[in-house]
This record gives sequence, structure tokens and C-alpha cells, in this order.
Amino acid sequence: MMSATGGARRRSGTAVGLGLATLYLSLVVLVPLATVAWRSTSHGTDSFWHSVTTPEALAALRLTMGAAAIVVVVNVVMGSLIAWILVRDDFIGKRLVDTLIDLPFALPTIVAGLVLVSLYGPTSPLGINLAYARSGVLVALLFTTLPFVVRTVQPVLLEMDGEMEQAAASLGASRLTIFRRIVLPNLYPGIAAGAALAFARASSEFGATVLISGNIPFKTQVASVHIFGLIESDNATGAAAVSTVLLVIALLVLLALDVAQRWAVRRG
Amino acid sequence: MAISVRHLSKRFGTFAALDDVSVEIPTGQLTALLGPSGGGKSTLLRIIAGLEAPDSGQVEIGGLDATSLPPQRRNVGFVFQHYAAFKHMSVRKNVAFGLEIRKRPKAEVQRRVDELLELVHLEQFGDRLPAQLSGGQRQRMALARALAVEPNVLLLDEPFGALDAQVRKELRVWLRRLHDEVHVTTVFVTHDQEEAMEVADEIVVINHGRVEQVGTPDELYDQPASAFVMGFLGPVTKLGGRMVRPHDLELTDQPAPGAQAATVLRVTRLGFEVRVDVKVGDEEVWVQLTRGEAAKLSLKPGDSVFVMDAGKEIAG
Amino acid sequence: MRIVAFGYLGLLLVLPLGLVGLRTFEHGVSPVLHALSQPNAVHALQVTVVIAVIAVIGNTVFGVGVAVLIVRHTFPGKRLFSALVDLPLAVSPVVTGLALILVYGPTTSLGAWLGRHGVHVIFALPGMVLATIFVSLPLVVREIVPVLEEIGTDQEQAAWTLGASARQAFSRVTLPAIRWALAYGVVLTLARGLGEYGAVAVVSGRLVGKTQTANLFVEERFQNFDQPSAYAMAFVLASIAVTVLLAINLLRPADEA
Repeated sequence: MMSATGGARRRSGTAVGLGLATLYLSLVVLVPLATVAWRSTSHGTDSFWHSVTTPEALAALRLTMGAAAIVVVVNVVMGSLIAWILVRDDFIGKRLVDTLIDLPFALPTIVAGLVLVSLYGPTSPLGINLAYARSGVLVALLFTTLPFVVRTVQPVLLEMDGEMEQAAASLGASRLTIFRRIVLPNLYPGIAAGAALAFARASSEFGATVLISGNIPFKTQVASVHIFGLIESDNATGAAAVSTVLLVIALLVLLALDVAQRWAVRRG
Repeated sequence: MAISVRHLSKRFGTFAALDDVSVEIPTGQLTALLGPSGGGKSTLLRIIAGLEAPDSGQVEIGGLDATSLPPQRRNVGFVFQHYAAFKHMSVRKNVAFGLEIRKRPKAEVQRRVDELLELVHLEQFGDRLPAQLSGGQRQRMALARALAVEPNVLLLDEPFGALDAQVRKELRVWLRRLHDEVHVTTVFVTHDQEEAMEVADEIVVINHGRVEQVGTPDELYDQPASAFVMGFLGPVTKLGGRMVRPHDLELTDQPAPGAQAATVLRVTRLGFEVRVDVKVGDEEVWVQLTRGEAAKLSLKPGDSVFVMDAGKEIAG
Repeated sequence: MRIVAFGYLGLLLVLPLGLVGLRTFEHGVSPVLHALSQPNAVHALQVTVVIAVIAVIGNTVFGVGVAVLIVRHTFPGKRLFSALVDLPLAVSPVVTGLALILVYGPTTSLGAWLGRHGVHVIFALPGMVLATIFVSLPLVVREIVPVLEEIGTDQEQAAWTLGASARQAFSRVTLPAIRWALAYGVVLTLARGLGEYGAVAVVSGRLVGKTQTANLFVEERFQNFDQPSAYAMAFVLASIAVTVLLAINLLRPADEA
């Protein structure tokens, strides 16, 4: 765009800006992450496989993936429900509840961990003790991933002004049919995006799980904590190997998110 | 200042928006670029403003080659279809923007803004934000903003396209009067032939990236150079395979020299006009009559009539 | 349905947060003030604020620049670039820390070279800043991109035709138009910067009174059975979080206007 000389100036501006941005991104993010992947196989692929298939690593990865999957399912249901209530329902203090949803984003993870220990730990005033148990890990992950689905479904619901549902009702559809055949299909892209983000967060969470889980190997130790332990014991190569597995999962999740978003765009 | 456009071409990917376009726009006139959507008229306007670069060709403004000048240095006023109001600035600040960029003294800016707000009848709205104005008011503000810098040429891209019918008509008349006061060379893009006919001194018809015809509204209406121009500028029907204007056709109940026998199919009243659809042989033709003419004939479907062409002949 | 949703939110959000307040002030205000005035606590808060502010400045400049590049410019590999900017959101903080150690740590060639020139990255402030920049990198970009897309180029082009240079058009027209999204992004970055634990824990070496941030202080005090100090600092951090939430809530309607 712009005139011929302006265009040339603009293109060189683009190049300089892009160069600086790429440098920043590389120094902080790309080079370090690439080094993790490179380091994980620096002692050969055998040592990579050995590191990621130690019983402890396998147990940690299995727990991480399983817990993330469960948490995503719960928060897809609860998140959609909360989004629905925030958009379609009217009650006193709605604005407050809407604000509160973002609390897990704003609250430092270690504080979240402490908060959950004080409520669901050994000194729980509710008498529920989930500390050092897998259910404790689940609660911590439910907490940190709560906002994702709510925040991706909410805007979609806000945009659906009810005309489609009214049209369906006028065509004789029951409320259940309307929900199943009209509302839900429109929410899928939002739910998918929220689920992908929640899964990425849950599978990588560290701070919130540290205090409540007790980090017992084979029982409550998630992958991040396992990696932390390997770093502490100066096993950088082993830590890099398990990290690479997490990174690959993160990349797959981002890819899935991109697909979900383009799906949403195509559906307009 | 006159604008001279020579051999402009512009492609977007494989789509040719402009194909070797040359036009002379005389100084001080109000010129319309008229054509269907996607025909290239907005692209031409944006190239004149420097907002788009041509693939080849030349743009001269006031005798100076402006082809490689950035928009900042062309001194054109540009009015956008969707106003492009600076939403975070008051009406006054919007109008003052170009003058402040040019670092004019405060007192002068004040005075000039007052003048312009008066010119566009927004004196009482100076402290409002654009969001507090109606569409028509916003567009008048945008016009004042463009005029504030005393541009060499004023370019308007579908300026009334986003407004409702009533406001469009008012602003159209108002733009014509404004131009008679300000006399700046003005080019405006429209796809509405009625708007172009009513407002412009001269019309450039553009279609498929090419100039179809240039002329005054009367020339274009009465002597269209092509079937496209004829069809685009006014209603057309076909009689004996030739294109004619429906209001150039006459109906009688008696045979006359040159008249052809026809049967009335439908009679539709459209306010002051009456549209009569008749069948001539295998052709369906429509004839536009005034209420008086139609009343004299008292037409009903099935009546036998005679139709003849009273207008000039045009190559179809 | 409402009851289910409220119950879930209550058990997960409201009760735990309220309980921290209760636990913190169990024995009144003075123990809390006492705990927070320990030199280590004061130092931890200072370190945290310094890190967060540097990360906010870096990521704001980067974020605005990258958002403009992504929305207003065309270049090959744009989609990949934009995906890479989002990458930190999906990386575990521990992996982030490890990645930085493997590049800038004292045993690597780059880290050793930097060390010889007196720059210590890992187990020092620069590494903690890098870790914080890493985890909060996409937040400003993600807020600004949709707003830039929505406002379109009309206003900028109008400014050009009125004689404004690219820089004037940016500072007078574009920047004011994205100011609320920018403020929102900055607040999110600040919150993330003040709250990062995992990545900072890995690169800091957790030296009490030196590289210990407020978050590390909470964990270290809790593990050492000094619950009053842990709760007092947690209360400070939680109060900041709630303030941030309120700020975000105030910024959001302005954004929609």
C-alpha cells in the first residue's frame, strides 16, 4: 500500500521491526526451547528413551495427562454452564461473579496452592483432606484452568442473540432439541479452543500443585514436578528429555487450537 | 486543481481493478466516478489520494507528477464511506487535526475550525465525541476535517453510502450547494446513478476496470456510448430487439404509423408514474406513462393497444 | 443449574480465598505486620516488583510492535511467527526455567562467556527477568491484535491524507484507539510477572534474601512451618491479584464503548 517510495520505506520498516521482534523472541523463547530439544538427545536417542521411560517419568507423565484430561472434561461442562448463566441468566452480583472468574489467572500459582491447602489440606475447616492425594492434584488443576472455557464460550453466547433459537422454536423444536442442534454446535469452536488452552495449562502446571500434592513419586508427582526434581539433582539431560515430551504435547495443543480457531472463522 | 490520470493499471492478485485508465478531471468541477461495485472506481480514487500504489501509469495533480508522493504530501482531502472519525477526539479536535499537524498557530486553528463547523452546520456539536453524532453529522464532520487543510482536491469515497435514504438525499443537495460555495475540485465515487446525475457536473462511468464514457449527465443519459451506460444510467426496455427508455415509448388506442399492436398484461401504479407491461409479439415490453396519460387510456389487462418509440434511436 | 454453578465457584474460588484472609488475621494484625517487615520479606517484595516492572516494559514495547506487524504488515511466515509468539502460553514454567538454564547457565559456553564479562544470568536477577518475560510474553500482543483488526485502517489513512506522518498517525490516532486494550494487556502482564513461581524458582537458585521473590518466600516459609509468614505474604499477593481483577473489570467496559 501507499506510493512506490512510501512502499519501499514501509517494507524496510517491516523488515527492521520483524528483525528486532524475532531477536527478542529468539533470545527469550525460541533458542532456549530449541536447546531443550537438542539437549534431550545430546547423549543419543537411547538415553532420551531411557529418560522418558523410567518408571518414575512414565508415572508422572501418565498422571499429568490423565489429570489434565479429567480436568478438561469437568471444566468443559462446568465452564460452559457458568458461561451460560453469566450470559443468559440474571441475578444480583452477576458482575462480581463475572469478575471472580478471572481470579485463577490473576492469583499467583503458589498462593493458589497455599489457598487450596488451607481449605482442602490437613487442617481443612470442611474436614476434607485431599493433601498428598491425587484428588488434591485434580482440585489444584481445576482451579487454575477454570477460566479458559468460560472465557472462550462467553463471547460466542453473547453474539448469539437468540434469534436462531427463536427461529428453531417457531419451527417446532423442543428446548432440548434447540440446545442440542442449534446452541451446542455453535459453541463447539469456543469449547474446543477453551479445552485446548485448559489442557495446555493443566499439563504444564507446577506452582499450584507443589504444596497440595506432596510430590510423592508414583502417586502425586506430576511431570513438571518430576522435571524440577531432575533439575535439582543435576540431571539436565533427563530433565530436557521429559521437557521435550511436554513441549511436543504443547505444540500439538497449539496446533489443535489453531485448527479450532480457523474452524470458528470459517463458520463465521 | 485539475487531476490528470494516465494509463493507470492496478491488479489485486489476478483481479484487474484498473486496466489502462486515463481520465482528465478539470479544475473546480464536481466529478462523479460512477459504476457498479467492484468496477474499480474506489481503487482509482485511492490511487489519486496516494492510499494505493498503481502497478503502472501516472497521476498528476495541478500539473505536478504526484505518482510517487506519499498521501501526506499530496494535500488532498479524503472522505471515507464509514467516516473514519477519530473516535477518541471531539468534533473540534477532529476538524483541527490536519491544521495541528501543520503546526498552525492556535488562534488560527480556532478561527478556522469555527468557520468550518459553521459551514457544515455543526456549531453546537463541537465538544461532542463522534459516537454522540448521527451518521449524517459524522459525515459532515469528516467533510469539515478534510476541507480544513484547504486541500487541492477533495476526494469522497461513497460518502453517503452508509446513510439511510432520506439523509442521503438531503446531504446530496447540501454537497452540491457546498461545492458551489467552496469551488474546490471534487471527485466522488458512487454506485448510485441518481446521485451522480443530481450532483455532478461531469460523470466518469467505470466498469470492469475501464472507463466506459465521460460526459455531462445529460450527454450520458441522452447519448450513451454503450448498452452498459444506457442500462446503468436509467431504466431500459427492449422493443423489436432495440434498447429504449420506457418513458420514450407511447401508447395509443388507435393504430398509427410506426406503431405496433400490443396486448396489456399488467398496470402498476408507482405514485406519480404508471408502469404498463405489454406484450408485442413474443416480447414483453414495459412502458412508463404519467398518471394523466394512463387515466386517459383507462387501461386494463387484456386491452389491445399500439406502442411506438418516440425517442431517439440508440445503438444497442 | 444456577446452584450447581454457584456451588462449584464457591468451593473452588470464594471459600479458599476467604480462608486465606481468615488464616492471615487469625491472631490479629500485628503478627502480620511483623511477618511482612522481616528483612527477607521486604527484600522478596522488592525483587518481585523490580522483575515485574522490567518484564512489563519489555513486553509492552515488544507487544505493541508485534501486534502492529501482525495486523498491519505482510511478510512471509506471518502465521508461523504469530503462532510462535503464543508458544509460551503452552510451555510449563519448569520447562521454561530449564530452557533458560541450558542456554544461559554458568556451565554453558554462552553463560561462561557472559560470566567472564561480569554478567551472571542464572541464579541472578537477569535470569529471573528473562523467565518472567518468557511466561508473560504473549499477553500484550493477544489483547491488542483483535482491537487493531477491528478498528481497521480507515482512521490511520484519514490521518495520512491530513498530512500526518506514519509516526504521528500512530501516536495520535492508533495508540489512543488501542489504549484500553493496551492497558488491559499491561495489567495482565504485571499480574503474571508478580505471580510467576515455577520458572523463577528454577532459574533463581532460591537464595533467601538474594534471589528470593515474594512467591518463593511463600513456598519456603510454608515448607519451613512458618505458616504466619507464608500466609501474610500470600495475603499481600492475593490482595494485589484482587486489585488487578478490579482494574481489569474497570477497563473492560471502557474497551467496549
